Amino acid sequence: MNLIFETELLISFMIKRKKHLITKGFDLFLPRIKKPSNMSVLVNKNSRVIVQGFTGSEGSFHASQMIEYGTQVVGGVTPGKGGMMHLERPVFNTVAEAVAKTKADVSILFVPPAFAADAIMEAAEAGIKVIVTITEGIPVKDMIMVKEYIKDKNCTLIGPNCPGVITAGEAKVGIMPGFVFKKGNVGIVSKSGTLTYEAADQIVKAGLGITTAIGIGGDPIIGTTTKEAVELLMNDPETEGIVMIGEIGGNLEALAAEWIKAHGTKPVVGFIAGETAPKGRTMGHAGAIVGGADDTAEAKKAVMRASGIHVVDSPAHIGTKMAEILAK
Amino acid sequence: MNLHEYQGKEILASYGVNVQRGIVASTPDEAVEAAKRITQETGSGWHVVKAQVHAGGRGKGGGVKLAKNLEEVRSRANDILGMMLVTPQTSAEGKKVHQVLIAEDVYYPGESETKEFYISVLLNRQAGRNMIMYSTEGGMDIEAVAEHTPELIFTEEIDPKVGLQGFQARKIAFNLGLSGKAFKEMTKFVTSLYKAYDGIDASLFEINPVLKTSDDKILAVDAKVSLDGNGLFRHPDYAALRDTREEDTTEVEAGEAGLNFVKLDGNVGCMVNGAGLAMATMDIIKMAGGNPANFLDVGGTADAKRVETAFRIILKDKNVKAILVNIFGGIVRCDRVAQGIVDAYKNIGEIPVPIIVRLQGTNAAEAKVLIDESGLKVYSVIMLQEAADKVKELVL
Repeated sequence: MNLIFETELLISFMIKRKKHLITKGFDLFLPRIKKPSNMSVLVNKNSRVIVQGFTGSEGSFHASQMIEYGTQVVGGVTPGKGGMMHLERPVFNTVAEAVAKTKADVSILFVPPAFAADAIMEAAEAGIKVIVTITEGIPVKDMIMVKEYIKDKNCTLIGPNCPGVITAGEAKVGIMPGFVFKKGNVGIVSKSGTLTYEAADQIVKAGLGITTAIGIGGDPIIGTTTKEAVELLMNDPETEGIVMIGEIGGNLEALAAEWIKAHGTKPVVGFIAGETAPKGRTMGHAGAIVGGADDTAEAKKAVMRASGIHVVDSPAHIGTKMAEILAK
Repeated sequence: MNLHEYQGKEILASYGVNVQRGIVASTPDEAVEAAKRITQETGSGWHVVKAQVHAGGRGKGGGVKLAKNLEEVRSRANDILGMMLVTPQTSAEGKKVHQVLIAEDVYYPGESETKEFYISVLLNRQAGRNMIMYSTEGGMDIEAVAEHTPELIFTEEIDPKVGLQGFQARKIAFNLGLSGKAFKEMTKFVTSLYKAYDGIDASLFEINPVLKTSDDKILAVDAKVSLDGNGLFRHPDYAALRDTREEDTTEVEAGEAGLNFVKLDGNVGCMVNGAGLAMATMDIIKMAGGNPANFLDVGGTADAKRVETAFRIILKDKNVKAILVNIFGGIVRCDRVAQGIVDAYKNIGEIPVPIIVRLQGTNAAEAKVLIDESGLKVYSVIMLQEAADKVKELVL
């Protein structure tokens, strides 16, 4: 535990003192978000979704849940099982074939961690625009390669280790309980799964509803950052307020806060989980670890407050806070 | 997953990284035998006896001692083995030392002066790339170096497409002020080090100090090696290097039951599904005036068996005055979890502390009925705020 702690602490010093060293060229590494023209935020009722890892137990269960929600699931990919039908949809051997036959533009992955990186790259190569990776436990080494590989591909990666994306009333591309997400005008960006459901539930109980909820995932390397997800919701005409839920570890929330300060046009309610987490311990999510002074909950909240974000200290107040602000 | 110094050094050596020669020992007799072999191999008459525990700052706690002859090897090993080593990175009670590393003395006098450097390899999360961080200020507390003289710390980012390039290794050696044979040795050292990092799915290497010997060799005197747990499926031999004696026994037991558990010092236990919600629940407990006794994520399948195991694990901690169960049922149905709680209660027998159960989401209403009608000493709430209020009422 202390190994990570020491060096992460060191990095935080570096970021503070020699910012240019760490952030130099940073923008080069961000995947360029290209907003597909036929979509509201990432997915909608016209999204044509394929499921990678379709015939496995996870893939089957969640695919049927997605179909029940009304998502246009047009098929799936399981190498070696091409040609068969599953859940009344065609199974393909490759993503390229699935795209050619079904015009799919969104993919959701339930591929085991050892093969997930390969599957993400296959989807990117085949021209899938939005790749949602649910898989938990992908090695960091693999994700470094993925991030590099998709840099010049025309796609947006969500996750890995995330609950997915849901546009209320239109499409659920994820594992969240659909009934919680009633349609409305609040967007959610979150690193966490169940905490996203909690926030959505509070929003709905406060008399509001959800446009799109984006679960970005809790791993050290993820495809879409907090800032990028917030930006998507800022640009969505239907979204009037944004809930941003982060946790200890890394500086994604701070970067998002800086962007919001400069470009934000809508109110943002923020919460950071892990105020009580001890230093140097990984709290469930691989990326949730306090290294230095900058990635504690307190430090993140301070940066967020300074950027004009309405930060709540209690996770029980997310919904009421948003209702209070939007009522003004 | 953290490794011991001796394990890390063995792996580094297998990738051609020059390391201080050492042999691990569990008894004073083994220590003496190890010292004899090292003298045969290296000619080193002096030895260093180093406690093998997962914590930095071992020297400060008396866990690293020089021995100038075999008798001293025996007595130093005898002193260190079995001791509770307290360092700035351990708890106040310290960590028990089960093994010592008997290492060659590499600070022998010679033609040039010895010099210590710092080199680490780690992930730059923002860039999504690995980087090498290095400094001329080796052998000391690197956090202090970062604070007082950040200009003495350098970083080199690695392009994942091509890996570490020769010019980068040379730049590192130049920046460390080396020339001649030591320069060449350093480029080789850094190149092998990165090859090892990449090859074994590491998540952190910290070599402090890297030593330039008086005859211009470069070698790793210490090695902190951490592996990416998610990459272990590719390295079953490394997975076997895990030393569970270094971990909290309850955490090990929880891990075997598929629960993600971290022991804390508070008085309110909690059981939650999802890591983010689990952290948020800990925060709620704190805000309500309590202190979280643990982090516990029961995961996606909170069935009766897991719920029972989770209760048993939380109840091992005698400081726990109340337990808050917070489940947001999505795919997991709340009534099933509620049934699990009722069953667990019956199987465990008397649970001596009050339990607050907050079940929300799928079938939450049915779950509340189940809990309320069970006749158990369980407080059932639906909203998160109600849970917080109940904690306050019970703890204060």
